[in-house]
Parts: sequence; C-alpha cells; structure tokens
Amino acid sequence: MLLSTPAEVGLKRTALHAVHKAAGARLVEFGGWEMPVEYAGITQEHLAVRTRAGLFDVSHMGEIEVRGREALALLQYVTSNDVARLKDFQAQYTALMYLQGSAVDDCLVHRLAENHYLLCVNAANTDKDFDWIVRHNTFDAQVRNVSSEYSQLALQGPKSEEILAKVSKADLPRLRYYWFCRATCCGVEGLLARTGYTGEDGFEFYFPPSESERVWNAMLEAGKPEGLMPVGLGARNTLRLEAAYPLYGHELDEQTTLLEANLSWICKLQKGEFLGRDILLKQHQEGTKKKLVGFEMTERGIGRDGYNVLIDGKVVGKVTSGSPAPFLGKNIGLAYVPTEFAQVGREIQIDIRGKAVTARLVNLPFYKRPK
Amino acid sequence: MYPQELLYTKEHEWIRVDESIGTIGITDHAQKELGDIVFVELPKAGDHVAANESFGTVESVKAVSEIYSPVTGEVTAINAKVQSSPEILNTDPHGDAWLIRVRLTDRREIESLMTADDYEAYIQEKKSE
Repeated sequence: MLLSTPAEVGLKRTALHAVHKAAGARLVEFGGWEMPVEYAGITQEHLAVRTRAGLFDVSHMGEIEVRGREALALLQYVTSNDVARLKDFQAQYTALMYLQGSAVDDCLVHRLAENHYLLCVNAANTDKDFDWIVRHNTFDAQVRNVSSEYSQLALQGPKSEEILAKVSKADLPRLRYYWFCRATCCGVEGLLARTGYTGEDGFEFYFPPSESERVWNAMLEAGKPEGLMPVGLGARNTLRLEAAYPLYGHELDEQTTLLEANLSWICKLQKGEFLGRDILLKQHQEGTKKKLVGFEMTERGIGRDGYNVLIDGKVVGKVTSGSPAPFLGKNIGLAYVPTEFAQVGREIQIDIRGKAVTARLVNLPFYKRPK
Repeated sequence: MYPQELLYTKEHEWIRVDESIGTIGITDHAQKELGDIVFVELPKAGDHVAANESFGTVESVKAVSEIYSPVTGEVTAINAKVQSSPEILNTDPHGDAWLIRVRLTDRREIESLMTADDYEAYIQEKKSE
C-alpha cells in the first residue's frame, strides 16, 4: 500500500504545536497550517465528544475586528444574516457574500458593542475575507485582521460545562447558546462563547497566544475525572458532518448560493441591501436548480468527497463531504443533486472508484443532540 | 518485533507461504500509519491476483489505501472476519486479520521479498528520511 507523509515546509503553526507533537499527535496540512488530525484516534476522539468532552486547538481560525460609527452598516452590507438583531455579547452564524449570492466564507459575528464586532472566520480564508471586507469598506469603520492576537480552544461535549466550571468563575448556566462574555478561564482573561462546530453543547475561548500552553494543560487536567481528551481535526470533521454543518470548500464555494446550500435561515432578505441579495431574492421566488441533500450508504462502501452521484444510471452531482460516522455507525455524506431529485427516501448510487454502490437520501441533520 | 516466518514488501504487505498457498496481510507499520480502519474491500475466491498489482483497499476514516499483492495466483479464500470487523487490522495485523489466501503460480516470486530484519531496517530508513 502507499502511505504518504505531509510536506512540512512553509506551514503555519499554532502556539500549541510543541504540545501536540509531544502528545504524539499525527500532524497534517490544513488551510496552510500544520495541525493535529488525531491523537488517540479519530473514532475514540469523536465518541469522547459525543459522550463526555473533547478539547480542540482551533487557533488556526482567523479573527477580524470591525469597529467604528458605521461598523454595523458595513457588516450588514457584506453579510447575509441580520447583524442589527444582535445585542451586546450575542453572536450569529452568517456568510460573507459575493454578488452572485454565494459565500466568500461562512463565519461567526460577535457583537461586543454597537460599534464593535469580532468575526471568527475559516483559517484558509482569513486573508481573503479580510481583503474582501476592506475592499467594500466605504463606511466610517475600521477593519483589522487580529488573528495573531488570539489563540482559540474549543471545549465540546455534554460534560463541557461541568469541566469548565472548575476553571472559570463565569456564570455558565446563564451563558446561553450563541452568547458570549468576557471571562477568566484557567487564570487567563479572554472571550468565552457558547458556540461550536460539533453539534454538542460546548464553548469556544479566545485568549492571548502567549497563554496557550497554560490554558490547554489546565483544561486537560481539570477534565481528567470526566474523561476529557484532546481532539484533532479528523474528529472535528466527522462530528460536524454528523450534525450536517457545512464546510467551506465543500458544501460552500464561490459557485454555490446560500439557498442551494440549505442556508436560507441565515439569509435575511428583508434586512435591506446586501451583496448577493438580488440573486437570493430571485432564487427565493423561483426556486434553485440544485439542492444540498444528505445520504446514507445502504450497501457496503464509503461514499467520499468528490465521488459522483448517480440517479437512474446518470451522473447528476458530486459528494461534497462523505465519511464514516463514528457515533451513528453508518457511512454518510452530503451532496448536491438537481432539485427535482431531492426527496428524502430516494435511492441514489455513489460511484465508488468505478463501482455504483446504493445509498438513500435522508433527513438532515443526521445527528441531533438529546435535549 | 516483526514475525520471522513472514516475508515483507516495500508497500507494507506481508505473506506467509505454506507449500503453494500464500496468506497475505498488511503490516503493523501500515495499520499504525492508517489509523482506525473502518472498511476493507477484498476480491472473491476464484479471482486472479498479479504480483505488484492492487487487489483491494483498506480504508481508514480519512483515507483509502490500495493493497498490492506480493505474488501472482488464484484467490482460494478471503477472511470474512476482517470484512465484518475491519478494526481487527489495528489490533492483530499479522495474525487474525489476514486478508486473502492465494495459490501461487510461481514460487520464485517470493525470492525478491524482504525478511523480517530487512523490513525492520527498511521502515527505520524511511522514518529518518
């Protein structure tokens, strides 16, 4: 068999690189960064997050600050969701928009004050996003790429609040989903948000990179009794896939509109003018040509990223993300198919390296956490 | 560390030859590199395999890896246990998790394979590259 190793030349590293190496993590290239894909193993890490808790180093993500008298107006113009609905210390999931109704990136907007916002964006798109916002800044607002000022850790899983309570005095029961606060965790001040990309309850902590090892080690120590383990990008991907969250570059790209991607819920067409609104309005009225669907394999085989989707023997689309689902015990995936075929229950086939293997369209999300 | 009675390939497969039957699997090094193995695609009994050509795949959560046959011959048996429980490749790659058995067409093909000591030296060399 052929076993490949990643190229290490010229990749960015987070402040925790040495810690990951010492922990025996397998490191891979992701979005220009050298990141841990797994420590103990993807399956174990995935199950830890679903049943206990996991700790992720997501410091490769980017942060962009938007401040000024017209910060709100700028963000309203370049994003799809309604920024005006945010209260201080509230966050929303949204997309930075192209004129053609597609996303430059998907991201989170956190409101610190009416004239002060912090965006969390994808690692691979940080520079692109920053340039895009700057280019459209005809407003009285200042935009700064502050990514180097933050490390970011995600603590995710049903036991995450229990664990965090040991290392932070923040009022966690009152911190609701998609709200954040200034908090001290493990003795370090930062922003603590009840957000995440796993489909579980959890938190994301933004803080100065110089304190990274201190926070990482203290968090892992505090979570030992609960079975907290470090989790890499491999399980981060299988977790978000079970929850049917999109990944930029797969479900989202320059050619796919938000409505095609099932993201009408973050398209607030009535908020006023924004980049791409015209196209989205048209699609809202007339419908879309293609639609994002979820499938599960019904025959032996794993339908992976990039494999063709066949209906009645004809190629109609591609798998955008496909993988085993460690918690569900199935092989699942997301794909775009022509809207006329997008019915739950429909049988499709995935071309798995030359062989047509049967799958079935299912409801999304694949996994929803128990209440 | 690597069983002495097996022979090894550069692509990290092993073969145990008993008379004219070869039992083939992947090495401990291979399973370590792959991570959690979740799926195995094998030929059927009666299929033909050729030396240095792919006869199936081993899949981890993230990746698909081709498996290459060290020898030419006819598949006489496949391991049903490894098909239904691919994770045993991670725990017993040299024993319980054998993949296929082949009736060798030409026993001389095994002369170019590595001994356990050669294979250990080979993977040490690769690590330091």
